[in-house]
Amino acid sequence: MPFNLLVLVCLAYVAFLFAVAFAGERRASSGKRRFLRAPIVYTLSLSIYCTAWTFYGAVGYAARSGLEFLTIYMGPTLVFVGWWWILRKLVRIGRQQRVTSIADLISSRYGKSNTLGVLVTLIAVLAATPYIALQLQSVTLSFGVFASETPENWALPNRDATVFWVAAGLALFTIVFGTRNLDAKEQHHGIVIAIAVEAVVKLVALLAVGIFVVWGLGGGAMAMIDRIENIANPAWEMRPSRWAGLIFLSAAAVISLPRMFQVMVVENIDEGDLARASWAFPLYLFLMNIFILPIAVVGMDLMPKGANPDMLVLTLPLSQGQGGLAMLAFLGGFSSATSMVIVETIALATMVSNHIVMPLWLRLRPATALSGDLRVGILLSRRLSIMAVLALGVGYFRLSGGSNALAAIGLIAFAGMAQVLPALLGGIFWRGGTKLGAGLGMSIGVVIWAYTLFLPSFGEGAALSAQVFREGLFGWHWLRPQALFGTEGMDPLIHALFWSFCLNTAAYALGSMLSFPDPVERVQGASFVNAFDNEQQAERLGWSQGQAEPEALLNMAQRILGDEAALSFFEAETAGQGKAGYLPDLTPAFLAALERRFAGSVGAATAHAMISQLFGRATVTVEDLMAVANETAQIMEYSARLESQQSELSRTARQLRDVNEKLTQISAQKDAFLSQISHELRTPMTSIRAFSEILTEGDLPAQRVADYGQIIHTEAQRLTRLLDDLLDISVLENGAVQLTLGTANLSDMIERALASASQTRPERRFEIRRDVAQEAIFLRTDSDRLVQVFINLISNARKYCDAAEPVLRIAVRQKGGRIMIDFIDNGAGIPKPAQALIFEKFARLSDESRAGGAGLGLAICREIMANLGGTVAYLPGQKGAAFRVSLPLRFDPGLAINLPA
Amino acid sequence: MLRPRAPLFLARSVYRRRRLRDAARMLPLLGVFLLLIPLLWGTPDGKGAGAMVVYVFAIWAMLIGLAAYLAPGLARPESDAETRIDPVLPKPEGEDAV
Amino acid sequence: MRHVLLIEDEANIAEALRFILSRDGWSVSVVADGALGLAAVAELHPDLVILDLMLPSLSGLEVVAALRADAATAALPVLMLTAKGQERDRAAAEAAGVSDFMTKPFDNAEIRARVRALLGA
Repeated sequence: MPFNLLVLVCLAYVAFLFAVAFAGERRASSGKRRFLRAPIVYTLSLSIYCTAWTFYGAVGYAARSGLEFLTIYMGPTLVFVGWWWILRKLVRIGRQQRVTSIADLISSRYGKSNTLGVLVTLIAVLAATPYIALQLQSVTLSFGVFASETPENWALPNRDATVFWVAAGLALFTIVFGTRNLDAKEQHHGIVIAIAVEAVVKLVALLAVGIFVVWGLGGGAMAMIDRIENIANPAWEMRPSRWAGLIFLSAAAVISLPRMFQVMVVENIDEGDLARASWAFPLYLFLMNIFILPIAVVGMDLMPKGANPDMLVLTLPLSQGQGGLAMLAFLGGFSSATSMVIVETIALATMVSNHIVMPLWLRLRPATALSGDLRVGILLSRRLSIMAVLALGVGYFRLSGGSNALAAIGLIAFAGMAQVLPALLGGIFWRGGTKLGAGLGMSIGVVIWAYTLFLPSFGEGAALSAQVFREGLFGWHWLRPQALFGTEGMDPLIHALFWSFCLNTAAYALGSMLSFPDPVERVQGASFVNAFDNEQQAERLGWSQGQAEPEALLNMAQRILGDEAALSFFEAETAGQGKAGYLPDLTPAFLAALERRFAGSVGAATAHAMISQLFGRATVTVEDLMAVANETAQIMEYSARLESQQSELSRTARQLRDVNEKLTQISAQKDAFLSQISHELRTPMTSIRAFSEILTEGDLPAQRVADYGQIIHTEAQRLTRLLDDLLDISVLENGAVQLTLGTANLSDMIERALASASQTRPERRFEIRRDVAQEAIFLRTDSDRLVQVFINLISNARKYCDAAEPVLRIAVRQKGGRIMIDFIDNGAGIPKPAQALIFEKFARLSDESRAGGAGLGLAICREIMANLGGTVAYLPGQKGAAFRVSLPLRFDPGLAINLPA
Repeated sequence: MLRPRAPLFLARSVYRRRRLRDAARMLPLLGVFLLLIPLLWGTPDGKGAGAMVVYVFAIWAMLIGLAAYLAPGLARPESDAETRIDPVLPKPEGEDAV
Repeated sequence: MRHVLLIEDEANIAEALRFILSRDGWSVSVVADGALGLAAVAELHPDLVILDLMLPSLSGLEVVAALRADAATAALPVLMLTAKGQERDRAAAEAAGVSDFMTKPFDNAEIRARVRALLGA
């Protein structure tokens, strides 16, 4: 077959792809998306999983290692049939958060951390560059197959030029269709359509070659199976660790490969497509692989020894003179390679541009960020990124000089990219995952991957010296790249996979548990992990899909209403729903209340916009809202200050009013007090004056004179006592009393009081019940004053206890640093309404026994106790009058509370 | 206001959808189990690959078939029937659904 | 012999008044409580009531009001004695309908003259 014809067909095919992509874009922009939305397009676009590595490399892999190549497709099959677990959530989150790449997803999940974005981007570029180089290599190899006359001798005349032109063509295509427009969501309809077409081409090509091989060369299906059964190739022996490990690896890769993420999540238009892809994509893989083994087996039989098994798909038909079939196979391989490179380049360019180029550019020229339209800059950076990524691929290809084992590089790339998986899965299933954990996990994973797998893949003495291989890094034996920690005898790939994943996951978990996420991180974590809960709730409410979360709302409310107000509002609302805590369900009632509450702060329109944006389909990021809220917070702070000044004023006014009222009250009290004093002084004075006049008049019997003289004496005494009391209480009330502090035995004091009080109504027989043992306490206090209180209480009991056989019980108790002495008699007690009055001045319960005093006794007791840092109070419910004296064991005047009179 | 609680007994269609989801979750686990079984066989000298190819592809086809069987039911958007109580079941006295 | 009822709860003051007034030839009864005082008025039909303002059970003012409300005693002369000598108290007593008002402490001669005047002797 003439090489020129091949080039012509190839160019025609490329032109056809351009036309298809262009038509796709046209249809998309004119709104005719029915064809674009066909579920089959989504499934076919996923087929970029099958790159040239599958198309050419799988046969080579099968030829070398038997069934093991199937593991690369088993992983994706399991992930897709199990879409309900992971993919469904990824796609949903991707749509909710308008995710543009896997780096964006991770950065967004961990609090919009650009550091993580950069890290993921670097991992992706590191892992994908060799992979892109591999695709370019496969294209040049396949060109070479056609270029040379003999299949065995397929060296290409100008390899580097071919690679350059292929890469340039791909760059052109990717730039034209990958950066046509700048959508917030990175969807490229033209490219997706072109990829779908390429997917069909590669499937048809591989099936055609397979059918030719099985039925044209192999003699039918049963014969093929027999042939496979009878192969005795020791290399085909199944290695359990690789079988299981590679299934896991490919499953991890299909989730985390940038290009897969691009078509699966970013380019997803309808979530329903995913359900269909859950079986259709595995079916595609199934069909792609069904003839791999027969081609390998027949190829090994028919082709001469030393033929490159990676090119069997091409060389076998060529050797059988099937030029047309070989051409089809070539186009299939070309499709596989180009579609992978295009999508991978777009995905990487998006990441590089968004996470590295743009942030750098904005940092270097901050003015452009303010000047408004960033579109031109973004498009330019995107285009430059595409070229850079492809240039890297070309550069790697030239450097590596074309390695022979394609499959090996594919697996290494898989293992590198899969290091993102713990942070990714942790991010969507575990709210506890943090920025630090994710960064730590991925970094450690990648370092181990690079050290144990990537760098050794260049061969001994290339990236790592032979010495390092033998003796480990720095000569540490346990750091040998293919026997970390002394784990010898493991397959190098499985070894790298095992250690990188274990340490990656451990670092992620540990870092997450030890660090504390910032607010944006927590909000994002919650909205990622609870992606479905929100929507079920929102749907129940009649809201369209949104991302609002109680926690996010609370966070926002705190910015607007202030911490305490927001918390108490949320708490009240939560309690109103019959729950505990601060996070209510997002019921319409609650949202309405919240909106009203916001409206009070930011105005009704803004409040409504905020709430509906949170629940509207258009996702406004929490950060945007927080920015708005911050501005509001400043206004609020100002008005809050005004408000607080005003409340300060009204508080002062209230205090003044209170003081005024108190003064009026005191004035009234003073009048009443003076009137009382006047009455109390006049009464004895009256008797004294009347009797002294009578005595002055003379001519009275001696007995009368004696009696009346006695009366005058008694009343004069009463007058003196009254004046004493008045002086006493005035001193006590002013706190000017001079206390004589000393240590005294409580028992002694009670003894003194009892002796003193026995002069009150000495005719009464009074039983005193004491527990002297309890009274053996030394108090530091003013003992004379305390005894005065005791005397008063005991005298009152003697005077007023109306029991036939009066009993006074004195009980002492100690509690904390205080002592309590109860005086309880067995009389009728004091009626409830009077209990509040007895400690007031001149309050007397009955006027019958007024001979005693002026009614100042208990008032004085109260004042004394206040001066001694204690209290005296009536104890209700003791079946008699009961008073409790309570005072500190050791009185410290510095701590004395002077109770107001 | 009390949070509307998920009903204890679901309508038949909703119940079926729940079990469909259970099946969807189970499917990859089943797949892993079946695909790891060949590890127990052993292929001394790489022999017996034919039987294994047949087995693996059969499992593969079965997984695809089951996924295809489950997918339409799972893809249906969640309807409001979700929270409706099966009318056949008697409502508990005095406990109107809120 | 004219009868004077003394309603006073301070025993010593009551004793002084009883002594002074009986020495002038008046018959004097003493009650220490407002309610008892009203009962004594009904029982003894006194010609004059000397009343303390501050009394247990019924206050002096209440006693006066009760006396004035009863037709039989509406015109009964009442001399009010009080230790509360403020103008307010006097006004309250006059409003209640007392015939005369004296503050404690009093001059013995003064009260004897007032009593004589009230009894129309």
